[in-house]
Amino acid sequence: MTESSVPFRILPELDERNIHFWQGGQNGQLTFVRCQDCGYYLHPPTPICPKDLSKNLAPEAVSGNAIVASYTVNYQEWLPGVDVPYIIAIVEIVEQPELRLTTNIINCDVDDIAIGMKVSVVFEHHEDPHGDVWLPLFEPSGEK
Amino acid sequence: MAKSDDFIEKRCAVTGIGQSEIGRRLYRDPLELTLDACLAAVDDAGLTLDDIDGLSTYPGAMGGPQGFSGAGAYDVIDALRLKVGWYDSGVETSGQLGSVMKAVLAVGAGLANHVICFRSVWEGSAQGTGGRGALGMGGGGGSFRASGAQQWTLPFNAASASCWIALYAQAHMHRYGTTTEQLAQIAINARKNAALNPNAIYRDPMSLDDYMDARMITTPLRLFDCDVPCDGATAFIISRREQAKDMKQTPVYFEAIGTAMRDRPSWDQLDDLTRIVGADAAEQMWSRTSLTPADVDLAELYDGFSILTLLWMEAMGLCPVGESGAFVEGGERIARDGVLPLNTHGGQLSAGRLHGYGFLHEACVQLRGQGGERQVAKIPSIAAVAAGGGNTCGAMLVTTNE
Repeated sequence: MTESSVPFRILPELDERNIHFWQGGQNGQLTFVRCQDCGYYLHPPTPICPKDLSKNLAPEAVSGNAIVASYTVNYQEWLPGVDVPYIIAIVEIVEQPELRLTTNIINCDVDDIAIGMKVSVVFEHHEDPHGDVWLPLFEPSGEK
Repeated sequence: MAKSDDFIEKRCAVTGIGQSEIGRRLYRDPLELTLDACLAAVDDAGLTLDDIDGLSTYPGAMGGPQGFSGAGAYDVIDALRLKVGWYDSGVETSGQLGSVMKAVLAVGAGLANHVICFRSVWEGSAQGTGGRGALGMGGGGGSFRASGAQQWTLPFNAASASCWIALYAQAHMHRYGTTTEQLAQIAINARKNAALNPNAIYRDPMSLDDYMDARMITTPLRLFDCDVPCDGATAFIISRREQAKDMKQTPVYFEAIGTAMRDRPSWDQLDDLTRIVGADAAEQMWSRTSLTPADVDLAELYDGFSILTLLWMEAMGLCPVGESGAFVEGGERIARDGVLPLNTHGGQLSAGRLHGYGFLHEACVQLRGQGGERQVAKIPSIAAVAAGGGNTCGAMLVTTNE
């Protein structure tokens, strides 16, 4: 995607706790904090694993494959410069079903989106003087 | 004495209710509206300001979103020169009525005798004629960056609560076969009731065709699945039970309250997208009373979006999980002369987004038999009241039974 075609987005404010997530796409990787002791992925990131209270945490990439848990096709123009309709979804990351993201499904006709659809991550790069951001969006993986 | 008689809410009652002028856009000072509601509630209770020794509000003073808070606790305490033994405000609580439940705890604990509770909004005026905007933008334009919980939704243009809650509706339809026509019954029922409520915002009749023809906001939610921003304030007086009996109005007693949240405080990380944490609040509520869902005469259940009312019906056990759509089909069961009269003032969908407090207000009106044209014919004595949605929910049972 060329820079001129990148749509308007409200970007996240980067900080030490979230930067791995928002900049992981630089390397094409969807990245979550993972407990190095019990293997649990944390989202949103916190300083302590809620499962075993370990502080031995580190960012790790996942496959980027996910399943659509629910979706909505948004027609209302909430923000200037955003083309409608667009698909908002909650996806479940395959490595850990309770690991979820709100995201957009792109490269998908609004009539084709469905709960249970298999999707894969694709990153949308935004240059930003506060720190570049790679938004993790998802597209149909083509698998049934 | 049954175990449930020990619970602290049993020591308390709603002894006064009040509302300000309510309108789509009033362009009036929101503090004035707030004070109008508070003074109306004091008068309704037959008290004077000297009797008020506590105050509770949701959400308290906030910088934004514009119009979300008409006044903070300090604003009202100072404007009325209240001398309080206890006061509180805050947005992180068990729904908008969490503020009322905190007042109940304070009265039950003896920190105050008569607590005034209020919720004040001016979202209608604040949003002007430009339509409903994105949440939390703060007018920052190009330099605005999403932080905190907003960073997980705003960058994806999930810019309104309707976008988050539409996801619950879609999941419910997918899993249980709930239909658009069933969802429509919540909006149509609200409009029928609003027609008889002189303070409601939208009172013109609405057919299923009108509902279906309205523009899609975010599937499956159409325009009339979304509540209507307005200006107005609602207030209650919470008093000790033994005082309530000798006061001006029929007391509305707290039979049980529910504040629990046993899921994550998040819109998209809920364990089950078709189960609001109101199910936790309701479960706790039922554990504090010998009454059961079959005893409920009247339901006043939050409808910030129509789907939330269906989810609350299931959360409250007023119908089996997954069967709320079938329960409301055709609308007869939830009509004023049905088995479970629902949102008899018109809800937030038609009476205006008074944000949680409107439901307890209407429950008190109906239980007292003061509903005028919209009064349920057989005056109800037990009402289930719920406010909030998703991850911020509170539930209560109120009754005129001694």
